[in-house]
Amino acid sequence: MSHAVSDALVVTKRQWLQLLRVPEVLIFSTIQPVMFVLLFRYVFGGSISTGIPGVDYVQLLMPGIFVQTVAFTLAGTAVGLAEDMQKGLIDRFRSLPISRGAVVFGRALGDGLLNIVVLFVMGLAGYLVGWRPDSGLFKVMLGFIFLLFFGFAMAWIGILIGLSVRSARVANAAVFIAVFPLTFLSNAFAPTTGMPKPLQYFAEWNPVSTMVAACRELFGLQNIFGVTANSWPSQNPLEMSLIYMILIMAVFVPLSIRKYVNVASK
Amino acid sequence: MKSVIAEDLVKTYDDGKVRALDGLTLDVSEGTVLGVLGPNGAGKTTTVRVLTTLLIPDSGHATVAGIDVIKHPEKVREVIGLSGQYAAVDETLTGWDNLIMFGRLYHLSPKAAKQRAEELLEQFSLTDAAKRPIRTYSGGMRRRLDLSASLIVKPKILFLDEPTTGLDPRGRQEMWGVIKTLVRGGTTLLLTTQYLEEADQLADDIVVVDQGKVIARGTSDQLKRQVGGERLEIVASTEDLAQVREIVTKIAGGSVSVDEGMRQVSAPVTTGSKALIEAARQLDDLGIHPLDIGLKRPSLDDVFISLTGHVAEEQKPEEESGAKTRGRRRKK
Repeated sequence: MSHAVSDALVVTKRQWLQLLRVPEVLIFSTIQPVMFVLLFRYVFGGSISTGIPGVDYVQLLMPGIFVQTVAFTLAGTAVGLAEDMQKGLIDRFRSLPISRGAVVFGRALGDGLLNIVVLFVMGLAGYLVGWRPDSGLFKVMLGFIFLLFFGFAMAWIGILIGLSVRSARVANAAVFIAVFPLTFLSNAFAPTTGMPKPLQYFAEWNPVSTMVAACRELFGLQNIFGVTANSWPSQNPLEMSLIYMILIMAVFVPLSIRKYVNVASK
Repeated sequence: MKSVIAEDLVKTYDDGKVRALDGLTLDVSEGTVLGVLGPNGAGKTTTVRVLTTLLIPDSGHATVAGIDVIKHPEKVREVIGLSGQYAAVDETLTGWDNLIMFGRLYHLSPKAAKQRAEELLEQFSLTDAAKRPIRTYSGGMRRRLDLSASLIVKPKILFLDEPTTGLDPRGRQEMWGVIKTLVRGGTTLLLTTQYLEEADQLADDIVVVDQGKVIARGTSDQLKRQVGGERLEIVASTEDLAQVREIVTKIAGGSVSVDEGMRQVSAPVTTGSKALIEAARQLDDLGIHPLDIGLKRPSLDDVFISLTGHVAEEQKPEEESGAKTRGRRRKK
């Protein structure tokens, strides 16, 4: 058991080394969210009104894009693991005397930590286009820590997907289908009040929405994009987000580890 | 003392429709090399996967270094090394990165991992390539690095799954040299191969596997004798065939076969090139000039035809990428 942590850290380190050896991966995984920032800021920003004088769309947009980006963490995780499986690296790991959870834990941690870089670059890009969180350094940092945890939790979903599909391409497609609607059926980019009623309820309970709302709060904004039915999640987004993260981990951590242990025993 | 024992291993896929292992039994004595020989899909890789704790068999029993692979897989993992088709290294990382990573995962200290990586790179002539990503390596270098990663903690038993499949002749020769050196050092080794010659070169004992079962076992010499060893084959014009047959009968003694269509006379011989020279001399004395004359060594196909009565069934040509092979295996 004493080795479990150090084993996982070795696997995490492997991912950082990969980024050093193939820096293009990191460059492109940061360019994409930055591109989203610019697109939404300048394409939709002009026509979406926040309804509050003095608050630009970009203030509400940035938390939304942050959450969308960390939610997509699981894509990298799933594709990376599916590739490792295809290439036989997972079998190599499984033949080593290491703890059962080390490889998957290390992977989730590595992908979770990668978000530090991505969020930093995005935050910078946001600042350049006018994003100004005004809740003070402490709360802003808390917001980012919150986002990192969310990315880590989501990575575990990616692990289960990565270990369950037959190839990296399937992993990519599966993730896209699962995550894309989640990020758009939310309050991330537009008020949910414009959606049909059933979708409004879905959007309000959607973990992406509660995360976005929580981040908006932490960055010093009212969450005016998502309160339709005054449901508990929209009233208490911080608490609800925490509950979601714990739920995701409680379900996907044990499932992922079990999958890893039995992955080829089918 | 048996280092590896597998008894009656059964593994089925698709609700029993595909029997990857069908009562496979084998053992490896300590300090010896067992070659597991068979065509694609015979169950070689599945056997290795069971013995290295990657796969749980439906039934049967197996021990490695006296440890039950099903009951105590974590203990087995401490004493084995695995390298082959399905156990790979990280291609984006350098050779050095990989050895350090695996060294650390074998719980060596950072210092010890570095020292061991240096030793292994030296031993496998990879020192110059140490800081290059694996994807820039040649096939032979890649296999050597793969092998060195499985030797980090000097395993009691080493499993090599088709160590030379996909390599060019030079890479294969290099790999054989490396494996022979290991074997001389007393490593207990189980290796799978599709090549009779490879088993011949490297293994003390050979088991021939087909359709999930061991169908023959013996030393390379014993198996070859069973197959009939070398054959003398002469192709001549139709009018000379009768005389050629007579000569071959004299030299080989009995069991001569004549293929009129191919205009070929052939027979198993035990005296090798001597028989060839003798046949050539006698033909020359009679003024017969054969279209072709030669000694044919038994191939894997010959072993299979002789042991099973059918040709070794290749499912598909060997594919380089593990991805495709895996996909196919699963689909079955």
